[in-house]
Amino acid sequence: MIRALERKLLRDLVGLKSQAAAIAVVIGAGVMVLIIMVSTLDAVRVSMQRFYDSHQFADVFADLKRAPEGVAERMRTIPGINQLETRIRAPVRLEVPGFDDPVRGVLISIPDGRQPNINRLYLRSGSLPAPGRSDQVLIAEPFSEAHGLEAGDRLRVIINGRLETLMVSGVALSPEFVYQIGPADLLPDYERFAVMWMNRRALGHAFGMDGAFNSVVATLQAGAAVEPLLDALDAMLAPYGGVGAYPREDLTSHRFIMQRIETQEVMAVVLPVIFLGVSAFLLNVLLGRIIRIQRQQVAVLKAFGYSNRQIAFHYGQLTGAIVVIGTLLGIGFGAWAGRGLAGVYAEYFRFPDMVLTVQPREIVLSFLVAAAAATLGTWRAVSSAVSLPPAEAMRPPAPERFTQGWLEASALGRVLDQSTRIILRNLNRHRFKAAMSVLGIGLSAGLLLTGSYQFNAVDHMLDVQYRLVQKADVHLTFTDPSPERAAAELRHTPGVHFVEVYRSVPVRLRNGHSHYRTAILGLDANPSLRGVLDAEHRDLELPPSGLVLTDYLADLLGLTPGDEVEVEVMEGRRQTVRAEVAAVVDDPIGVSAYMERHALNRIMREGPAISGAWLLSDRSRDGELFEHLWDVPRVASIGLISDAERNIRGYIEDTVLLMMGIMLLLAGSIAFAVVYNNARITFAERARELATLRVLGFTRTEVAWILIGETLLIVLVAIPLGWLIGTGFAWLLNQAMTMDLMRVPFLITPGTYAFAAAGVLLAAALSTLLIVRRLQKLDMISALKTVE
Amino acid sequence: MTSAVPRTTPEVVFSARDLTKVYVMGEVEIHALRGVDLDLYAGELTVMLGASGSGKSTLLNILGGLDSATAGTVRYGEQDLVAATDNVLTRFRRDHVGFVFQFYNLISSLTARENVAIVTEISRDPMTPEEALALVGLEDRMDHFPSQLSGGEQQRVAIARAVAKRPAVLLCDEPTGALDSKTGVRVLEVIEHINRELGTTTAVITHNVVIADMADRVIQLSDGRVSEIHSNTHRKAAAELSW
Repeated sequence: MIRALERKLLRDLVGLKSQAAAIAVVIGAGVMVLIIMVSTLDAVRVSMQRFYDSHQFADVFADLKRAPEGVAERMRTIPGINQLETRIRAPVRLEVPGFDDPVRGVLISIPDGRQPNINRLYLRSGSLPAPGRSDQVLIAEPFSEAHGLEAGDRLRVIINGRLETLMVSGVALSPEFVYQIGPADLLPDYERFAVMWMNRRALGHAFGMDGAFNSVVATLQAGAAVEPLLDALDAMLAPYGGVGAYPREDLTSHRFIMQRIETQEVMAVVLPVIFLGVSAFLLNVLLGRIIRIQRQQVAVLKAFGYSNRQIAFHYGQLTGAIVVIGTLLGIGFGAWAGRGLAGVYAEYFRFPDMVLTVQPREIVLSFLVAAAAATLGTWRAVSSAVSLPPAEAMRPPAPERFTQGWLEASALGRVLDQSTRIILRNLNRHRFKAAMSVLGIGLSAGLLLTGSYQFNAVDHMLDVQYRLVQKADVHLTFTDPSPERAAAELRHTPGVHFVEVYRSVPVRLRNGHSHYRTAILGLDANPSLRGVLDAEHRDLELPPSGLVLTDYLADLLGLTPGDEVEVEVMEGRRQTVRAEVAAVVDDPIGVSAYMERHALNRIMREGPAISGAWLLSDRSRDGELFEHLWDVPRVASIGLISDAERNIRGYIEDTVLLMMGIMLLLAGSIAFAVVYNNARITFAERARELATLRVLGFTRTEVAWILIGETLLIVLVAIPLGWLIGTGFAWLLNQAMTMDLMRVPFLITPGTYAFAAAGVLLAAALSTLLIVRRLQKLDMISALKTVE
Repeated sequence: MTSAVPRTTPEVVFSARDLTKVYVMGEVEIHALRGVDLDLYAGELTVMLGASGSGKSTLLNILGGLDSATAGTVRYGEQDLVAATDNVLTRFRRDHVGFVFQFYNLISSLTARENVAIVTEISRDPMTPEEALALVGLEDRMDHFPSQLSGGEQQRVAIARAVAKRPAVLLCDEPTGALDSKTGVRVLEVIEHINRELGTTTAVITHNVVIADMADRVIQLSDGRVSEIHSNTHRKAAAELSW
């Protein structure tokens, strides 16, 4: 049987349904963000860990030019090594039937007919290449999906300049390529970059590596120190053209996943805190109002012998009901939207399975966090109800005391009309509430700004990258450093308008304990097709000597112009030299170091060698051009820069924009809920005054102004605050999002500020409209009869 | 029903004929007025007496343009109030009617002066708030907020607010209902003073029979009808009243 007090609870809730709903939505928004963030984070972490553990993911990697298999035994004796495997990694070019663009790939060897011990493969379909077969290849799942390739299909692959026709034996995934990206690429391009596995003997034969290897993977014993082990490997592999051993943390795939996780961890804390903070405030205002109205009821209940605890519990239940509704709403939508986000992640992070389930502990966490926020918000109101002595509560509350504010004492004060005075004094009288409203709306404006800033900033970044930095149409890399005359041949290729060459040398830059593996890009002093930009985005002329570093890299290594940096060359003679940092540049994408090309050649103690070229081409003759380039054995890869741009824009749209879209929606809901609740309560508390004004001959519009004016004033104060908060959020987010792949510039356009303001004003206008509709039904006569 | 003949033949300010008002409250129909005929004359002070539920407040609300009649006619001068739109009624209240309520209905966030100013700012030919407050004897308390004034003082501010626009008619709904006798008399003195000095047509509704003695005419309402109208040959001064 429902007890009377519970009936009252239900009726109170029904009476407050729109306000309760608005608060529930804000709670729901906070819980939803929490669920999305935590559950996708969990999904990625768990899927990653499971995949790594079950497939013996390597702890250490090393690449080299070529070493005889005998070296492997010596490496296994290095203290701390658990298991070590050698293999062959061969860069290849491919032809996929029915696909015209050039495709690059990497072929990795696996022991004949069996799984490797380290970086075991997850076989999605088909089988490993049969033992002894030299014409079978296992392909990575994303590449198979991009082209619809299955076991039995054929591919034409150029290995070491020789064309081979290979048959797909199966489709697989590797822990090494969870995030699968081509060398020098910024983003995955599953159509144009392939990861494949082949029997060791067959690949050794095709790549000229019989009895030798050029890649090492190893797992560590528990507790082994990584640095000395890497040094030992480096020392051992140096004579064989080792380009430096590196730990798992530096593997592109793993590094990217981890950076993604870190970014999301920041958002998983910040966003729910904002939403639940706002809902705590809204609950405080609402419950405060209810208890003010129900003073006499509280007194009567107490007079009848209800205990303080029962009364506290009664109002606690009211909050509890709103919290439960909001949390359930949040969990439902969170699970749904989380699945969407996990789907986007699954596209980029290739785990055998990424199961997104909302764990019971996440549900419990949501309830706890929401309940904590609600308790914080309602504590004061409930305890004031409980502490009311019955006799006092029976009397209506004394009329509110007002005072004249400082504003009215000023010259401006004398010209204010009475309606404006009412507005100002109400705000002054309820300073805490007004301040919190300003803060709440400011937060939502801040979120709007943070959300939309990303759109513009990322767009701006891509514009810079593809209009000012990457100005070529086609990017060629050569298999080996080549003489400059290779460029002359390219100039005569049909469809080529202009050729610019570059030298790229893999290095490890070291300053004290900090080091970073990257490549030095040797360019003409004033390159035409590859911009190196200063902070104002003007083309920088490369100095005749010295290094130019991306600011991100300079920060990472703790270098400023004028400092010296140690350059460990990872190619050829592997010399270590010291170079001066001549300048720092502002690259939004990638982690590059630049040098004048001939200066780089001098460091390498070589003639004017080049590593690749950029072309301006006649896009209508691409087919012809690619066909020609395809026949140049020296060409290791052909990249289309427009493809890269399309790719990266697609990626941004998928992930960043999805998140930001959700944020925009949520920010709007906060603004709406705050404004609506405020206006509703102001309306309820001022109904009698407003009715009186109507009786005195004020028109509806004039009376509405008192309500609208108060809201408008709060919103107008909140907007600049929101800009400030949003700029702060954007800056924090910008810091959190700074990673190797890209650094979104900290750029907030006037349009972004305008958008944030417009969003809040729109939400305010909508909720005001709802209140003004109530004003139409204001009953003048009954308002006159009631005592406050 | 008897019709009292005025001493002279003054101008009729309000004229109601066969006024009917039916409220529908849920499933119940309440007949608040059942055919009221009534004239109010310029400059007179009328007291409408009646028990609660007699329809006196409803009548006052209709005369003041707060409510509309279900049937019948109300004319204010040449203006028909029954057919008037909301905008017309707002205009009517703004320009011609002063209201005084039982619970004062002051704006708590405005001082006494500002509570008067809120009306003078939208009126055509108002007195200044200071003049209006002087009329009710509150020139010393003009900058006090309602929470700093006694009930009687608050009601006098309400009267100042009502008369500041120089209304053609002053409608008072139980103006002493929330006050003790001594304070109530003081408020009635103010109303009397306004009626005499400004010649404002005044209607006071009350269930307090004593107050009828200060009227030119007393209109008795019961059960939604005018049951009796009589003129006082001798109008008692408000100061002589007590209850």
